[in-house]
Amino acid sequence: MSSSASHQAHDAGGAVIAGPAGLALQARDIGKRYGGIVALRGVDLDIRAGEVHCLAGANGSGKSTLIKILSGVEAPDTGQITVDGQPLARLGVLDAMVRGIQVIYQDLSLFPNLNVVENIAMTSRTAGRARIVSAGSGRKIARQALDRLALGNDVGIELDADASDLTVAHRQLVAIARALACDVRVLFMDEPTTTLTWREVDTLFTVVERLRSEGVAIVFVSHKTDEVMRISDRITVLRNGQVVRSDAAANLDRRALIEALTGQVEEVRAPQAGAWRKARAVMRVHELGSPTLFRDVTFDLHAGEILGLTGLLGSGRTEVAEAIFGLVPRPTGTVRIDGTDVPGSSVDAAIDAGVAYVPPDRMTQGVFLAQSIRRNIAAAWLRQTSRHGTRLSAKSVDRLVERMTASLNIKIGRASDPVRSLSGGNAQKVVLAKWLATNPKVLMLNGPTVGVDIASKAAILDILRERAAGGMAVLLISDDVEELVNACDRILVIRKGKLSQLLEGEQISIERVREGIVT
Amino acid sequence: MTVLEQLLPTVRRHRDSRTRPPRWRGKNNEGVLLLVTLAMLAVIMAVDPGAVSASLAGDIVRAAMDNMALALGVLLILLSGGIDVSFTAIAIFGGYATVTFMLDHNLDGGLWPFVVATLIGSLLGLGNALLVAGFRLQTLIATLAMQSIVWGSLLAFVGSTYHSTLPPALARTGQSQLLRLGDSPVSTLVVPVALIAVSLALVLRWTMFGRSVYAIGGDAEAAKRAGIRVGRVQTLVFAAAGALAGFAGMVHVTLVQHASPYELVGTELSVIAAVVIGGASDAGGRGSVQGTVLGVLLISLITNSLVRLGVPSFWQQAVEGLLILAGVAIQAQSRRRRTHRSPILEAR
Repeated sequence: MSSSASHQAHDAGGAVIAGPAGLALQARDIGKRYGGIVALRGVDLDIRAGEVHCLAGANGSGKSTLIKILSGVEAPDTGQITVDGQPLARLGVLDAMVRGIQVIYQDLSLFPNLNVVENIAMTSRTAGRARIVSAGSGRKIARQALDRLALGNDVGIELDADASDLTVAHRQLVAIARALACDVRVLFMDEPTTTLTWREVDTLFTVVERLRSEGVAIVFVSHKTDEVMRISDRITVLRNGQVVRSDAAANLDRRALIEALTGQVEEVRAPQAGAWRKARAVMRVHELGSPTLFRDVTFDLHAGEILGLTGLLGSGRTEVAEAIFGLVPRPTGTVRIDGTDVPGSSVDAAIDAGVAYVPPDRMTQGVFLAQSIRRNIAAAWLRQTSRHGTRLSAKSVDRLVERMTASLNIKIGRASDPVRSLSGGNAQKVVLAKWLATNPKVLMLNGPTVGVDIASKAAILDILRERAAGGMAVLLISDDVEELVNACDRILVIRKGKLSQLLEGEQISIERVREGIVT
Repeated sequence: MTVLEQLLPTVRRHRDSRTRPPRWRGKNNEGVLLLVTLAMLAVIMAVDPGAVSASLAGDIVRAAMDNMALALGVLLILLSGGIDVSFTAIAIFGGYATVTFMLDHNLDGGLWPFVVATLIGSLLGLGNALLVAGFRLQTLIATLAMQSIVWGSLLAFVGSTYHSTLPPALARTGQSQLLRLGDSPVSTLVVPVALIAVSLALVLRWTMFGRSVYAIGGDAEAAKRAGIRVGRVQTLVFAAAGALAGFAGMVHVTLVQHASPYELVGTELSVIAAVVIGGASDAGGRGSVQGTVLGVLLISLITNSLVRLGVPSFWQQAVEGLLILAGVAIQAQSRRRRTHRSPILEAR
């Protein structure tokens, strides 16, 4: 879609609404501490009706805390919040809702056990202090909200389905519909695009632009600089709990934004070496197929190569990786690692053959959140080591943890702290460390930089390049086109369960990859 | 791909595109439970054709009444994402303490003792609520502690003597019959128990409180963010469960026509079993009154049949264990079914 056209359209609309009276939410001198850690200090923020205000910042910079405070979930230690020109002594969750402040959380905060209707109607019911619920009114609220998204029919969200049965993209639409079910005036969206493909992001942006033209103030939190530049009218950058820059989007370019975010100037990427051409094929996937999911998937993965695998959400990209790893049955075709056949449907066999898989949802599949960093890093390595019959000593585990945290530059307090205490970027590095510790022949990563800030993202891609240079074969499954173009030697495109394109060398560009994904 | 799947692409597609189980299964497998109960009856009929009669129904209902009230309280707590092991202690406290007080002070009545026991139960339930919502203890730990405290206090402060007779008016309430099913009398107390079940079902389905219980059980943090006062709902849930337990204790005492502080305590698991078999999820947020009622009746039916068939009582425990296992297994199975993948390839 043409974003420039819609941008102009809103510029005209925004000018009408903007003005000193259009201040929907104002925060002054907000401060918050957790124990000894200062999460926010002296934060000022002005949110105007009918504007998209981007809140940018690395993981742990205080964005989420600020959202919680402005939506009444947490109380600030210092500062003043003014809603519609009315200073408030205390802002509770219900107060915030009644005043039209709604949040779409990163985890969406839907109720997995309730159906779509109840999920959508929940906040308007609590905000309206309802006592009795009626199925009819709920359906009406849900249908109206979904219609307002103008997606009621297209996406085919079943109103009676439980939220746990929906796809991620549908869950997100339900979360947005829930915010729209109330009379929303200020809408916070905490990294709404993390789990979406860029095509779905386009749909989301259309919705955002429509809301903006209706005079809703949207606070958009994102790590992705291109998105920030594309959608925002105003950008506020947080770093270490303080506002480092707040300016009209027109006054900031991509470089300036990255500098404000990370405090450093962006490095230019070294060109791909292409050494893989001479290397042996470590993994040969031949005519792999799984009924209803994918078929005829054939490719070679070479030592020292970073091979990209991309496609829309639901194109089969994840399923192919999971089939190789033994999580999805693959009745037809073969996977060979160094000439040896790897039997399907067995994760053990895949790991023994030297395959490692970093799953897409690190919070539920990648790490044991409540367990220590030490145990998480050692988890996969222990299994391998104990299988060889070596006696384990606490010291060897300590050495491993030290080596991995140092080589991946993981910032941790103590190794005994739970993984939950880490920021997104560092938690993801722990997942990486867990698998790198086993020194796999083939490393498959599914969306390794999802929800990770720019600095950590660059660091993770550097680690991958380094490992590939050391001879590891890397399969990078991602829909982040920029990341693929940056990191990969070759890129496979999958569409509706079939490989549709293989791009290499000169063919690799952002435009070519995007085109490949949809056509 | 199997031969069958190759031959029948349409069948395969149909199966794969099915996203939800058939309607008769119910949201929490209540349909399956009903089938199991019917199958159970068929087995009894085959073994002992004369056994399946109106009297059997009467026996089952009588034996299930106090457990039913207890189970409805447990259901509430499981739905909200917690677990309760203190309810039997609360129940016997309510029943035994009320009767002891009546006997000590020469008081009598047919109805008010039930109100008193219910109030005592709700107060003790508030103790649980204080620990869970106030001090944020895990529900298992909190209610385990409460169980010991409540039962210990009962023996220490109220007494441990066995009352072989109840005050006359109260005894009459226990003996009063609503109707007879075959040779088996059905106590009038079935009316309040049934009323409680129906009203709890209505509250859970049609009130904001009921939906909040489900919401909290589904995701407590999301509930807080959606403006639900989680602590308040939890407090109400534990107070209501306590009230139900106190009432159930009095039902138990009046039905058996004696009062002993050593009864009920120790039967927690079989009540929890009935609720879990009835489709309530141990992880919270899923379950229904209908399922719980079926679960309690099924357990009562099984216990009754085992006695009838002359099976030693220790086997009954083993059977109960197997039933819990079956209930949880069915739930896990249906959860696995939910995570199945939707097709990507276009049909050929």
